[in-house]
Amino acid sequence: MNTTVKIAGTEFKNPVMSASGTFGSGMEYEEFVNLNKLGAVVTKGVSNIPWEGNPTPRVAETYGGMLNAIGLQNPGLDVFCSRDIPFLQKYDTKIIVNVCGKSVSDYIEAVERLSDEPVDMLEINVSCPNVKEGAIAFGQDPKALDNITREIKAHSKKPVIMKLSPNVTDIALMARTAENAGADAISLINTITGMKIDINRRKFVLANKTGGLSGPAIKPIAVRMVYQCAQAVNIPIIGMGGIANAEDAIEFLMAGATAVAVGAMNFVNPYTMTEVIDGIEGFMKKNNISDIHEIIGCVR
Amino acid sequence: MQKKTTATVISQQMIADGIHDLWLKTDLAMYAHAGQFVGVYTSDVSKLLPRPISICEISDDFKAMRLVYRVSGENAGTADISKLKENDTVSIIGILGNGYEFVKIFGEDLSGANDVVIMGGGIGIPPILQLSKELYAHGIKHTVIAGYRNGDLYLNQDLANYGTLEIATEDGSVGTRGNVLDVVREKGIKTGVILACGPLPMLKAIKKYAETSNNNREVKAFISLEERMACGVGACLGCVCKTVHKDTHSNVNNARICTDGPVFDCREVMI
Repeated sequence: MNTTVKIAGTEFKNPVMSASGTFGSGMEYEEFVNLNKLGAVVTKGVSNIPWEGNPTPRVAETYGGMLNAIGLQNPGLDVFCSRDIPFLQKYDTKIIVNVCGKSVSDYIEAVERLSDEPVDMLEINVSCPNVKEGAIAFGQDPKALDNITREIKAHSKKPVIMKLSPNVTDIALMARTAENAGADAISLINTITGMKIDINRRKFVLANKTGGLSGPAIKPIAVRMVYQCAQAVNIPIIGMGGIANAEDAIEFLMAGATAVAVGAMNFVNPYTMTEVIDGIEGFMKKNNISDIHEIIGCVR
Repeated sequence: MQKKTTATVISQQMIADGIHDLWLKTDLAMYAHAGQFVGVYTSDVSKLLPRPISICEISDDFKAMRLVYRVSGENAGTADISKLKENDTVSIIGILGNGYEFVKIFGEDLSGANDVVIMGGGIGIPPILQLSKELYAHGIKHTVIAGYRNGDLYLNQDLANYGTLEIATEDGSVGTRGNVLDVVREKGIKTGVILACGPLPMLKAIKKYAETSNNNREVKAFISLEERMACGVGACLGCVCKTVHKDTHSNVNNARICTDGPVFDCREVMI
């Protein structure tokens, strides 16, 4: 049975990875998950310098989902390169580093630095809804997305995945923009901007007022967007948004994703990714599917 | 030891208005100590996240743990958990957090364990029971101050077993009228090391007391913080607290309450 998939020349033993920001760099889940089993670890977003993130409360539960407004807190590239990358190198899994920035030059600085590190791919976060500068500002305007994708491609020695925001009118347009600007792959969806109000205190639950909605509640939107992008572009798609089990992951694959990422459900059930991997194999066995490519994009 | 596992309910009862007392049989109990917590899942799958609940007591055979918690609302996850009955199973994740680490607090030989006062306020009372039990097991004499809203007391009989118990109630119906620090003032209790868990205003007051106390000696205080959290294992960075020093993990002045805490030296955190 073949479960390997290829994205921009990199081969993944299976199409299952972590969604950025839900798995740290894997350290916190070392006791729960055999990292060797994963197709890849996609790290939490890292920037050229350390970021403090937003005030608390940063998270809130919602019906079938959760809101977060962490604000991309991260230790910065110095610590990340000296601690997190060597940690991940111990494992037989691919390393995808998620990169965030406040300005084009921030992104370029990070991308150049990571180009010389032993990582497999870079995922560019142009879709975080929780920071005031950068991130989503680049992901909601096709011109800005085109520009930053071209800049990053010009400076990166690693394959580049552009992570798209669902907070747009036409996701296919953003996917085509990224493809035309040279992106090697796209990943989607990042979280959907949401809000929760504490009716007893008459206040926003999150200190940031708004947060990104994730979890099973957003899955149908994510599947639809992955499908729309798959119809619009030829570059590989990493699909995510509320994946809780193998059936969910297979929906994304059938919609046209070459690989899938598990996000918020890592918080709920740390064993989700390994269960998804086993479940996909079980589904293939049961349905006499010898190659995972038989189901990727099979629904048109 | 950290894992998500299934625990079996030994018993559950309501011990005060809205306060539930749940005993769970789980092998995680043997790894737990005072101040740590577990995440308890609800059976309602629309409520995704485990509820962080502190460990109130570990059974003498280390095969069971006691969780005493407050139901926070009609539709809250804790309301769902409160319906669990004997022999029901429930998913939990643990053991989470660093508790009251005696070596760190009192020193290698525990020689710093002088005039130890432990304080619990409201739903911060449950974890100080296991704390009191562990102090007793180490032969550390201590005063226990439990602060309640009114005379609807809970765990007070258990708390009287291991230390000298003092009670404060906001309405003055039992013990000292006021809060836990009012007991210290009224009874002239010597405070060398304070170990506390309770609502934020209480912890702020303890921090201020420890930092400004004019009794010619340094008062140490270790407080257990609370924050909305998602993963409970230090990955999501949801439950951070501002710190005086740069945190070694985050490389910024934020510590993760779930993994670096929940118990902190009050001088290290900005609350």
